[in-house]
Amino acid sequence: MAQRLSVRKTLKLFIGGSFVRSESGRTFACELAGQTVHAARATRKDARDAVRAARAAWAGWRERSAYNRGQIVYRLAEIMETRRDQFEQALGIAGASATAAQREVSASIDRIVWYAGWCDKIEQVLSTKNPVASPHFNVSSPEPTGVVAVVPPPAPALLALVSTCVPIVCSGNTVVVAASHEDPLATITFAEAVATADIPAGVINLLTGYAAEIAPTLAAHMDVNALDVWSSDGEFIEKLAELATDNLKRVRRHAAPREIFWSGAKAQGLDWIEPFVEIKTVWHPAGV
Amino acid sequence: MKRPKTRAKGKNVPAVTRVTLAPSDAASWQYAPAPETYDYFKIAPRYGLFIGGKWVAPKDGRRFPTLNPATEEVLTHVAEAGPADVDRAIKAARNAYERYWRRCSPQTRAKYLFRIARAITERSRELAVLESLNGGKPIRESRDVDIPLAAAHFFYYAGWADKLEWAFPNRHPEPLGVAGQIIPWNFPLLMAAWKIAPALACGNTVVLKPAETTPLTALWLAEIIEQADLPPGVVNVITGGGDTGAALVRHPDLDKVAFTGSTEVGKQIAIQCARLRRPVTLELGGKAANIIFEDAPMDQAVEGIINGIFFNQGHVCCAGSRLLVQESAIELVVDKLYRRIQSLRVGPPLDKNTDVGAINSKAQLAKIDELARSGEQAGRPRYQTECALPSRGYWFRPTFFTEVALSDRIAQEEIFGPVLSVMTFRTPDEAVEKANNTRYGLSAGIWTDKGSKNFKIAAQLRAGVVWGNTFNKFDPSSAFGGYKESGFGREGGIFGLLPYVKDRWRSA
Repeated sequence: MAQRLSVRKTLKLFIGGSFVRSESGRTFACELAGQTVHAARATRKDARDAVRAARAAWAGWRERSAYNRGQIVYRLAEIMETRRDQFEQALGIAGASATAAQREVSASIDRIVWYAGWCDKIEQVLSTKNPVASPHFNVSSPEPTGVVAVVPPPAPALLALVSTCVPIVCSGNTVVVAASHEDPLATITFAEAVATADIPAGVINLLTGYAAEIAPTLAAHMDVNALDVWSSDGEFIEKLAELATDNLKRVRRHAAPREIFWSGAKAQGLDWIEPFVEIKTVWHPAGV
Repeated sequence: MKRPKTRAKGKNVPAVTRVTLAPSDAASWQYAPAPETYDYFKIAPRYGLFIGGKWVAPKDGRRFPTLNPATEEVLTHVAEAGPADVDRAIKAARNAYERYWRRCSPQTRAKYLFRIARAITERSRELAVLESLNGGKPIRESRDVDIPLAAAHFFYYAGWADKLEWAFPNRHPEPLGVAGQIIPWNFPLLMAAWKIAPALACGNTVVLKPAETTPLTALWLAEIIEQADLPPGVVNVITGGGDTGAALVRHPDLDKVAFTGSTEVGKQIAIQCARLRRPVTLELGGKAANIIFEDAPMDQAVEGIINGIFFNQGHVCCAGSRLLVQESAIELVVDKLYRRIQSLRVGPPLDKNTDVGAINSKAQLAKIDELARSGEQAGRPRYQTECALPSRGYWFRPTFFTEVALSDRIAQEEIFGPVLSVMTFRTPDEAVEKANNTRYGLSAGIWTDKGSKNFKIAAQLRAGVVWGNTFNKFDPSSAFGGYKESGFGREGGIFGLLPYVKDRWRSA
């Protein structure tokens, strides 16, 4: 009996909730499990489209109740848990051993659950009621910074992606990610989970391709509010940080740590959320 | 008095409205002069730099005059710190950091800061007079706002110095080291307090560079710090201009830069710090919207508008320089505003009756004038306080333009002077849209009788400080700082400590 011919998947970008090819039609070839696959190679124009989608999604996302955002982020963990075979397979194809893939997927899901619980606590932990010396009710509290461009490190493809993006999104920001070209499969599998987890279109936008090509566009973009860059290339980081000064983006920059870092306790925390919020002080009169 | 109705509809209509006032008007009331005296302290003919606990002459001997902008008289000559002076100031700060300050007990740090707060209060009259003499602001403001707030700021952060573990639970806060701090000329002593107090509380040492035109109160503060017996080098004050500031920012042995000033200079500093991987906080320009809803308490709102834009001659980064009035209330608000500005007293800063003092410098006066002219060229009706101005010194009449378009230069660019741009809106959504239509995001004001409306609109404004039924209020316990191109980092409150403790995101 003839063997069934499998159906292969086209590897696309994820912009504004849709899976799209690069506007340029360009792809890049990568070797995955002995097979050559072509993934979409995002261009500067795709990056700009993604920023537009992220900006459009931002108002709706930040205005959701924190509880609702928490539920949606938790839903992402649910979806990933039920699809963990697919994630493990994707990581396996890219070269991870079965146990390493299992560990990375588990750690990624657990991290998402951890942040799901943060959504409705950020404001409580980062707010102050200020004892001003005048008859005013005075509070300082965090708000999302806006659209954040993320350049995660190449590895671990799934866990680093989750660890950088999820805390940024859970406070109400939207993100555009210039993902690693080394393992587009992990990024795309994550996109599929995002697409089915009730995360509104445009909140998380994932671009595959070469960060060196698209990250400068994001770093210089006047409608991007913050930049999160992880790289082992110091000059690359410096270049992006410099471009980001044009509209005074908030910048978190970090040398790509060793892979073991990402499974440790230091790879999650309130200080992963804090760089991407703005503190707003409101003075309200008190009197009769 | 009636506001003359002008409509700028064509080139034939004169853009500038000149008004002749009846003798009964407030502007013609006679006030007896009530000048503050200052015969009880002396300004020396020249000043040095305060480095390592000593007063030293600048290495290359250069000095520059500092003026009283209300009279153009030279008050004294201060040192212009060159690169060699910057270098010794930073060395002194480094030495003080390693030898004394990081090792000294947190409570000792707290007690030094309390001492400074007390000493500022003790010498508050002298400092207020000096601030008005050197900066041009009315004595009423320096006496009631600048100096008390500066003392309060030191007092507030003194208390944090030995309680940092409560400010940052689970985070083991550590100082950064030596901070280079550059401050502006609009609130000279207050900005020095905003910079120095949290830095010292967290265990850093500092090199402070006051603004070129207003160095005096910073030098007095240095003397207060010297007399408070702070270990030498914990606070160093170097006077100078832009070159001195640039030398400070790019010095290789600095751990932190904090700057308050223009967005233009702030961006240059941001680029330098991006290259040097140096932590930086920036408090920059603004173009704040002051939003008047039709249900606002109007008399109170008009006072708020006045305070929002004419406080400190409009030399305020968070000044309410764009007035957004709900369309149904525009005639009423503009009429009231016109009447109110006629009763503003523009004149000698040291007179206790003065509402609006002198413009800080000749250069700033030229900039304000140029932007105001652009409003006229755009054909916007112009209204101003009709009063006599002193013959010497730098003066600008409180001014507002009506019928301003969002795209006008006077609606987009920071004027940093007593010039208000009036616009209208119909719905709350439109108010938010217009208020956020700026590259800045420092502050905003909302005037309404409805508390829920205040909170709703405040949440939608992209600005770091939002005042409800008030404007230009400050408190050391309350965070202040901008969104977008108004900079980043906060001053005041717990959040004001953050820029001065080690941040784990600094390794790249």
